[in-house]
Amino acid sequence: MDITNLTITEIIDGYKEKKFSVSEIVSSYLERIEKLNPELNAFITLDAQNAKKKAKDLDSKTPNGALYGIPLGIKDMFLTKGVRTTASSNVLRDYIPPYSGTVVNVLEEAGAISLGKLNCDAWAHGSSGENSDFGNTLNPWNKERVPGGSSSGSAAAVAASLVPFSTGTDTGGSIRLPASFTNTVGLKPTYGLVSRYGVISMASSLDSIGHFSKTVEDSARILNVTAGADGYDSTLAKRDKENYMEDLKKEIKGLRIGIPKEYVSDALDKDTKQAFEKSIKALEELGAQIIEVSLPNTDHAIATYYILQPSEVSSNLARYDGIRFGKDRSYFGKEAKRRIMLGTFTLSSGYYDAYYKKAMQVRTLIIKDFKDAFEKADALVAPVSPTPAWKFGEKADDPLQMYLSDLLTVPINLAGVPAISVPAGFSEGKLPIGIQFIGPHFSEKLLFRIGSQFESKTEHYKELPNL
Amino acid sequence: MSYETIVGLEIHVELSTLGKMFCRCKNPTLADKPNTTTCPTCLGLPGALPYTNQQAIDSCVKIALALGCKINKDSFFERKNYFYPDLAKGFQTSQFLHPFGEHGKLEIEVNGTKKTIGITRVHMEEDTGKLTHSRLDGKDVSLIDFNRSGVPLVEIVTEPDIRSGEEAKEFLTRLQRIIRYLNVSDADMEKGHMRLEPNISLRKPGETKLPKYKVEVKNINSFKFVDKAIKYEQKRHEQLLEEGETPTQETRGWNEFKNKTVSQRSKEEAHDYRYFPEPDIPPIEFTDSQIEILQTQIPELPDERRKRLAKDYGIKNLDAEILTREKAQADYFEDMVEIGKRHGIKATKIASYLINKKVDVKDTPPASVIKQIVEEENIETIDDSKLEQAISEVFEQNIQAVKDYKSGKNQVIGFLIGMVKRALPEAKDNDQIRKKLTEMLE
Repeated sequence: MDITNLTITEIIDGYKEKKFSVSEIVSSYLERIEKLNPELNAFITLDAQNAKKKAKDLDSKTPNGALYGIPLGIKDMFLTKGVRTTASSNVLRDYIPPYSGTVVNVLEEAGAISLGKLNCDAWAHGSSGENSDFGNTLNPWNKERVPGGSSSGSAAAVAASLVPFSTGTDTGGSIRLPASFTNTVGLKPTYGLVSRYGVISMASSLDSIGHFSKTVEDSARILNVTAGADGYDSTLAKRDKENYMEDLKKEIKGLRIGIPKEYVSDALDKDTKQAFEKSIKALEELGAQIIEVSLPNTDHAIATYYILQPSEVSSNLARYDGIRFGKDRSYFGKEAKRRIMLGTFTLSSGYYDAYYKKAMQVRTLIIKDFKDAFEKADALVAPVSPTPAWKFGEKADDPLQMYLSDLLTVPINLAGVPAISVPAGFSEGKLPIGIQFIGPHFSEKLLFRIGSQFESKTEHYKELPNL
Repeated sequence: MSYETIVGLEIHVELSTLGKMFCRCKNPTLADKPNTTTCPTCLGLPGALPYTNQQAIDSCVKIALALGCKINKDSFFERKNYFYPDLAKGFQTSQFLHPFGEHGKLEIEVNGTKKTIGITRVHMEEDTGKLTHSRLDGKDVSLIDFNRSGVPLVEIVTEPDIRSGEEAKEFLTRLQRIIRYLNVSDADMEKGHMRLEPNISLRKPGETKLPKYKVEVKNINSFKFVDKAIKYEQKRHEQLLEEGETPTQETRGWNEFKNKTVSQRSKEEAHDYRYFPEPDIPPIEFTDSQIEILQTQIPELPDERRKRLAKDYGIKNLDAEILTREKAQADYFEDMVEIGKRHGIKATKIASYLINKKVDVKDTPPASVIKQIVEEENIETIDDSKLEQAISEVFEQNIQAVKDYKSGKNQVIGFLIGMVKRALPEAKDNDQIRKKLTEMLE
């Protein structure tokens, strides 16, 4: 029996039935990583010794914790005490942090075991993973194709069953896009639900801390652990704990699900459009009421995002001066330098009003768009990317083309609302295609419910890449 | 030609909160070893985030209220971006567009003339680390201590209403008293709790517009030096203006050993701080009732208290001023007055006693000082004829001393008092003896 294709739920059941021990699970995954990672390059730092030790330790104890004995991979934007954390940039190539962030801590407290750190675009800047200073991560479905970015390693690792789940960050689509390219489930929670403390900041007002899993149920189980105020991230909402797994089995009959008409333009490629239409049909069969809604400021989202995000990036990267830790600024790659320069410019005196301030005003309009749409619909459904995964190098030399791939994900970050990307089928060439469900602030439970019902009906997640 | 001096002040006050501004580290003292009161946040490590200290925000608002400022109900922090090795994050979390307080004022009095100095703004920010340049193992090194990094700092900026070094000194003295009354900072100059930056320029008499230039003198740590620096700059600018030149707009430093200011940075190197709203901290909103609650926490301030003490207790204005310099002293005085009432001791007597005897208000209970006054008041006087007789005897035995006194050596009176007391042990009241002695020596 191959015990590396399991979902979190299946592993938990296996532990209950004493089918395998934590050590056996951890060893199987480590073996699979050893076999497949040299080519896929999803992990850039392995923590095998610690993982085995922790597994042994857990085996000697009574099972306890929501993620007891579940292996995971951690995007290299998350600080891990004593384990190298690079942001996939040469600037931090040798950086070993003295502390772990909130999410890493709570996952470990819940019994999850880190197998190591996952590749991404350097500083999470990118949509393909090609900006990593540690080489490309390959798409397990087609090794000539990008896995999507910036959480390239996180998506590829789950798709290739190197781990049952992984962490990610989503500032403009960095979880949902790679999830849609790899037939995995990617959650971008509401801004202010999951702590950013101890995760290297990209653009602070947009960064959402989420995760990749094989199923929606697993995704809900992980959020049960990671959500909540921690007293370190001031932007977290003080709310009562929710059980995100509560409504997974609840039918979606009568729910109003809106399609933003601006998201289904002619820009969608044929296969993506087809997969989307099939998905809508499945939702209708589940009893959902499909309606059309409008997000009129969608056209301005990319321009707004590419002013606000680099502005914050330019300030957030200022601390990497090589004085106290890491290497000096000459080690920054092209994309980081581009964003530092863009952001420095847009914040400069004399330009601030024309760029940053204007962009903030448009952001307010975009937030209003979503608010208005949620008056009519309980949730929205949309494609994640206009096309499936592209070939390596195809957009690497054209930053603008690369930026446009975030067209359907960026507005959600600007609005701060949650979204989940769920497998929705395949292209003719067997490339995964995803759809995203988008809800009002803090509506994760509803999104899991819709996602779970959709997933049970379509079962795309059961298809695995040939490796 | 005589010129008019235009001075505006920028004052940084380190708050005495328990913790730092944006993390849970303790607010260090100078006794803490370097880099021991630090954490990922105040070290600016990757991934670390700010978490605001409500006590510091409240203290800042109290200062703003005490200076009569309007409180901005919708405020937020902003990032001030610049590079310096002591600035861990590469930006300082500060306030720019919407400081907590704006449009306040403080009244001063110099040589009997009252004057109001406008307060432009009172805002909250964080302190930086501390750089020390020294030699280590034969090499020149720069050492950074991050203990101070993230300590809450309040910046107070005045309007250019100050016209002399004396006015600046008076303003600062009053401001320091207010801050101490509020109990938000020790405002100890020697410990760097208050750092002062005058902006100085000169204009021709009759001009109403601000001069086209100004010179900022940075980081002065005593009121006396602010006065001196202003006076030094006055002369320097005057000379340049007389020669038909405009002084360069620049930042200068005060050199206390040379007693002069020295140029540090000119306008060409001026920063563009690229301020923008701090995305890691949600906007800070105040409700009317929150402001009211903070207002009730503000004690009676030195100026009002001085007026009340003079009026209520009939003490001299100068005495009231001295007694209200420190809140503890004024509290002590009023405690003593309360106890003194039961013993028939007047407030005026208590005021002059406190001021003249320099009572240690920290370690002496007020009741024991009252007891002392009562004892002194109750010293028995003795019968005049008895005293006269004793004095006559002392004169006979100390002819030389009497001669000395008559030739102008007044200090022998002390010796004579001693002799009288020895001859007549029941005589205890020095004042009575002295009075009688002088009478009989005339």
